[in-house]
Amino acid sequence: MKRFLYELSESWKIAVAQMRSNMTRSTLTALGVIIGIVAVTLMGTAISGIQVGFDKSMAIFGDDVLYVGQWPWKNVDDWWNYRDRKKIKTEYAEGLNRMIAMTPNSNLAIAIPTSSVYRSVKYMDSEVNNVLIRGTVSDYIITSTFDFKEGRFFNELETPIDKSVLINGQPFKVVGVISRQGSFLGLFSLDSIVVIPLPAFQKYFTAKSEAEILVKVKDKTKLADAKDELAGLMRHARGLPPEKKDDFSINEQQALKSTLDPIKNSIAVAGLFITGLSLFVGAIGIMNITFVSVKERTKEIGTRKALGARRRTILLQFLIESTALCLLGGIIGLTFAFLMCFLIGVAFPSFPIHFSSELVLVSMLVSVLTGLISGFAPAWSASRLDPVTALRYE
Amino acid sequence: MMDTRDSIRPVGPVVIDIENITKDYVMGEEIVRALRGVSLRIHRNEYIAIMGPSGSGKSTLMNMVGCLDTPTSGRYGFNGRNVAEMDDDELAAIRNREIGFVFQTFNLLPRANTLRNVELPLIYAGVDPETREERATQTLIDVGLGDRLHHKPNELSGGQRQRVAIARALVNRPSIILADEPTGNLDSKTGEEIMSLFEDLYRRGNTIILVTHEADIARHARRTVRLRDGLIESDDLMTVPELESMALT
Repeated sequence: MKRFLYELSESWKIAVAQMRSNMTRSTLTALGVIIGIVAVTLMGTAISGIQVGFDKSMAIFGDDVLYVGQWPWKNVDDWWNYRDRKKIKTEYAEGLNRMIAMTPNSNLAIAIPTSSVYRSVKYMDSEVNNVLIRGTVSDYIITSTFDFKEGRFFNELETPIDKSVLINGQPFKVVGVISRQGSFLGLFSLDSIVVIPLPAFQKYFTAKSEAEILVKVKDKTKLADAKDELAGLMRHARGLPPEKKDDFSINEQQALKSTLDPIKNSIAVAGLFITGLSLFVGAIGIMNITFVSVKERTKEIGTRKALGARRRTILLQFLIESTALCLLGGIIGLTFAFLMCFLIGVAFPSFPIHFSSELVLVSMLVSVLTGLISGFAPAWSASRLDPVTALRYE
Repeated sequence: MMDTRDSIRPVGPVVIDIENITKDYVMGEEIVRALRGVSLRIHRNEYIAIMGPSGSGKSTLMNMVGCLDTPTSGRYGFNGRNVAEMDDDELAAIRNREIGFVFQTFNLLPRANTLRNVELPLIYAGVDPETREERATQTLIDVGLGDRLHHKPNELSGGQRQRVAIARALVNRPSIILADEPTGNLDSKTGEEIMSLFEDLYRRGNTIILVTHEADIARHARRTVRLRDGLIESDDLMTVPELESMALT
């Protein structure tokens, strides 16, 4: 063991001396690894940026809320089976709440009716089209994740204040302004929404509206039980006989996640594969230079063997040389990537980029592995050299 | 026959005991029989020269003695252990601890200073850094290079380089010192200096095997083995008159 450590430290010294004495060659070879690591690291930051954005977008659905609607939150091939389903009515919420209250130890907390439609909103001279108008009750605030920049959510006995806006030509008083939420997966804005009391919604916007019942769950670890319970209650509310299938969908954040995860993952895999190719090219460069180094130092290898170096010693020496080169490239590459991330972050604050300590660790590990793998073939051939032949080599 | 001459007969324990070894090389379609059955016994504290023209099997024999290669057939005992059956790592260990190599071309590591070059066999032997430096320094002082510890090989003269190589060969206190044409790359004056260093080492109790084709160099040894066509042609001990004349010079 001690002997192994001495050999290790000796090998490090040789590796450093080698890199110093072959400055140009080492720099050029390391450049391949630097480019590879920069590419892989930047891709890694982009992917974890997407992940962070994804999680943030998912969070708005809440992990303890079930959504009862006509359509499931996934692509369906047999859309015609869903199209003709009976509409979901906001009135179900009342019935559900009554049943929840009657059920001892219910997993469900409260059902909230919502009904939504897209309309234009006008304030003085400015008008916004396609704003989601959602009618609901004051308890809606329990299930939602948004904060208020000013004002508050409406209550049952509404006393309007301040400004008013025109929704589809109908004036509404503003009681609160929701803080900016950004966009969902960068696809559509979450801020283009107006929430109004359900009675008012039903009075003005019933045409083409779609209802959805939000049900808050008491204990999110028992989501599956809650889902089963809710399905039973909904069947009851709908008056479905036992032989008929559910004619509604109970959606949750997790289901949406499992639909979107494969897409996200394939983006990640494809991205890492393509950038990984550039690292692979760098690795080939390392392998090549190590082969050259072995060839040039054949006589030295012979001398070392004559002095008592074992195969393992020679193998270790060249592996350390290739690894040191890769590690150096990795550190420089990571520094570059960090600077680039920083600059991109400053220039485009909305760009999803996320530089994590795991990423640093992983890219260091990747550089070391690259060194070991690319250095192995030449190091192996060096260790197998016949001492007599090696000593005679000029 | 030898008894009729006045000669210095070796007396120490046997270090190298080679019995009827052969070595064949395959060169393309041809089999080259480099050694055709050589037997040689070398005792501790002998000073022996192995001579022969090129192609005589001299280098092959040296590689065998140096445990750099194993024979095709025959037995090679080194301090009582059969080398012919050892694997690569065991051979490496024998080379490291029992054999000190001195090469014609010095074979120093160009980027390492004198001290580090001499420390190398100690690293492979697993000696700790402090002891390593101490022993390497002492050995360098012994060969007269106490003031060149931190010089690189290219800052040294040929003779100094060969002294570094000799210190490197000595540092692990090997059973034999195996020198292959040690003066081949040196001018005759420096060559003589190196030979007197070997003489000195011999007198201090070292076993020295000199491989050379130069009679002038072989003259320093107490015993001369001549090879021809893969066989030992002659094996002569230095006679007392020869020894006396040597002591005068």
